Amino acid sequence: MDKALSVQNITKRFGDFTAVNQVSFDVEDGKFFSILGPSGCGKTTLLRMIAGFYKPDSGTILFNGKNMDGVAPNKRPVNLVFQNLALFPMMNVHENIAFGLRRRGEKGPGVDKKVRELLERVGLPESGKKQISQLSGGQKQRIAIARCLIMEPTVLLLDEPLGALDAKLREHMKVELKNLQSQVGTTFVYITHDQSEAMVMSDMVAVMNNGHFEQIGTPQELYHKPKSSFVAQFVGNNNKLRVKLHADSSGNTIARYADQYDFKLAQKLETANENEEYDLFIRPEAVIINPGDGRENFHILPVDVTSILFDGGNSRLLVQPLGTEEELVVALPQTREYDYIRSKDRIQIGWDMNKTVCFKRSDWKLYDEE
Amino acid sequence: MMKNRRHIKWGFLFFFLPVVLWLFLLIVLPHLELLRLSFTKANTGKFTLDNYLAFFNEPIYWLTFVRTAGYSIIVTFIVMVISLPVSFYISKIVKERISGALMILILVPFWVSELIRVYGWMILLRESGILNHFFVSIGLFKEPVEMLYNDITMIMGLVYTSMLFMVVPVIGVMDDLDNSLIEAAYDLGASKTAIWRTIIIPHCASGLVNGGIIVFMLVLGSYLTPNLMGGKNSLWFTEQIYNQIILYFNWNQGAAFGFLLLALSSLIIWVLLKLTKQNLKEVVK
Repeated sequence: MDKALSVQNITKRFGDFTAVNQVSFDVEDGKFFSILGPSGCGKTTLLRMIAGFYKPDSGTILFNGKNMDGVAPNKRPVNLVFQNLALFPMMNVHENIAFGLRRRGEKGPGVDKKVRELLERVGLPESGKKQISQLSGGQKQRIAIARCLIMEPTVLLLDEPLGALDAKLREHMKVELKNLQSQVGTTFVYITHDQSEAMVMSDMVAVMNNGHFEQIGTPQELYHKPKSSFVAQFVGNNNKLRVKLHADSSGNTIARYADQYDFKLAQKLETANENEEYDLFIRPEAVIINPGDGRENFHILPVDVTSILFDGGNSRLLVQPLGTEEELVVALPQTREYDYIRSKDRIQIGWDMNKTVCFKRSDWKLYDEE
Repeated sequence: MMKNRRHIKWGFLFFFLPVVLWLFLLIVLPHLELLRLSFTKANTGKFTLDNYLAFFNEPIYWLTFVRTAGYSIIVTFIVMVISLPVSFYISKIVKERISGALMILILVPFWVSELIRVYGWMILLRESGILNHFFVSIGLFKEPVEMLYNDITMIMGLVYTSMLFMVVPVIGVMDDLDNSLIEAAYDLGASKTAIWRTIIIPHCASGLVNGGIIVFMLVLGSYLTPNLMGGKNSLWFTEQIYNQIILYFNWNQGAAFGFLLLALSSLIIWVLLKLTKQNLKEVVK
């Protein structure tokens, strides 16, 4: 596969602050690549360097193997869908979409034909004459993408374009955007702070934090095999147990939770310092309610049910492990099997040892509370 | 209840009456009187069109008129052209703190009267002025050159005195321009000139027309600058009116000229609005 975009060791500083720190990644031609990270992690800076609006302090950016060093944004084979879409209000829809072609010097019926084709592709065949102010949020979205796609860019960059939409429309646009991408086959580089958007749409996701990439992988890899504490917490929901480690007589790593529960880990970790704090992560859906006895490599934890959050297929139990003040989230399958559970019940929960991951505690701020 | 309502009425009258009086006594009444004068004969007071006919029959009058209109349009255009990059620089390029300081630098000269500012130019430009002194001393000129009293100096003076009235409304609309629009155009392959032509100027159109109307009216009706900097060869139509009323004491002729000037400015503004497809209501907003 050819690399549509290749970013190598790119760094950008603003004064003392390093916004993007030694980031490298490749995007294969025709893929949907997402950069996922909380606000302020440097993802917009990275995108603006790829588009050419910022000059990197060091590192190189290549499109189809061509170095873009010193190439101005209007000369790059890349287009950017802005966060606020930035449609031109002084022009109608047709003129907006034709803008790039006209700047390239294309004239006549060829332009009209291309614009019409693209309007059809994004499902708005009749809106060429409309003013931008007459469009709904989702329509503006599609026009903004059409305006870039008509340029047939090597890479289309999208800067959280779904951010301004309401939740329902956002769900819809996610699927639509994914379909559009696979139809046109253009390479998409999408940045977002919404892990659901990144997971649903992308072939590959890079998780970004504090200016560097924590992990690059398929959504499944990120979800099931996070490589860092940050990824484990940022991608999908996760329960975090604060544990301390020690080794048992046969050399296995044991995580001790709340000074009373011992869990044997599948991984072997450094246990020299028994006071060092670790986090043990378990996905809510990996937790089994009242698992019964006799399972191998299984962790059992007695808990009190604090509340039942019924939400159809997404229902959850909030539970408090005995002897702690902490709260864990447990998926509650709606198979009617667990209908007997009531609030304040004492139950047991358990999970397979292989479904946990354990990382040294690292402190970072999650800005993502917008 | 009744008392209360009467109260409101008095309050309303209290604020409304001065406005009405001001409009009526200072604007409507004098104009009506001037309109009457313009259609009557000087001594007899009988109805006549002579005052208006004199304008068309005497080339010096209508030539001055055309000159005034032409130069006013040129000055307005020059002011527009200069104010666009100036406003862009103040509004988009420099930091907020500096842009405030620059705004003050533009405003400060206007705290001084136009007369003083024009005299300032005269000190700089006259034959024995500072610029001549400087150029002669560095050997660029062999002897002092008279830089005052020609059309170019007059236009420069008019541009200078009316600049503020264009820059302020243009900065106003420029501030509203979303930077990402400029970036989007740049990203879609537009060159700098294309960005100005397709994004910035169309966005600023209302501010430009707004400022254009103010500048045009100011320049058309200005008296001091053309008179002092333009000298004897650069007659301005306001000087014709002044001459008729003050020198020849021919109020009737002066009134007719005044109304012709009013008609001219209204016509040109109307054409300007039509050409730019702007609506007066929108522009005034």
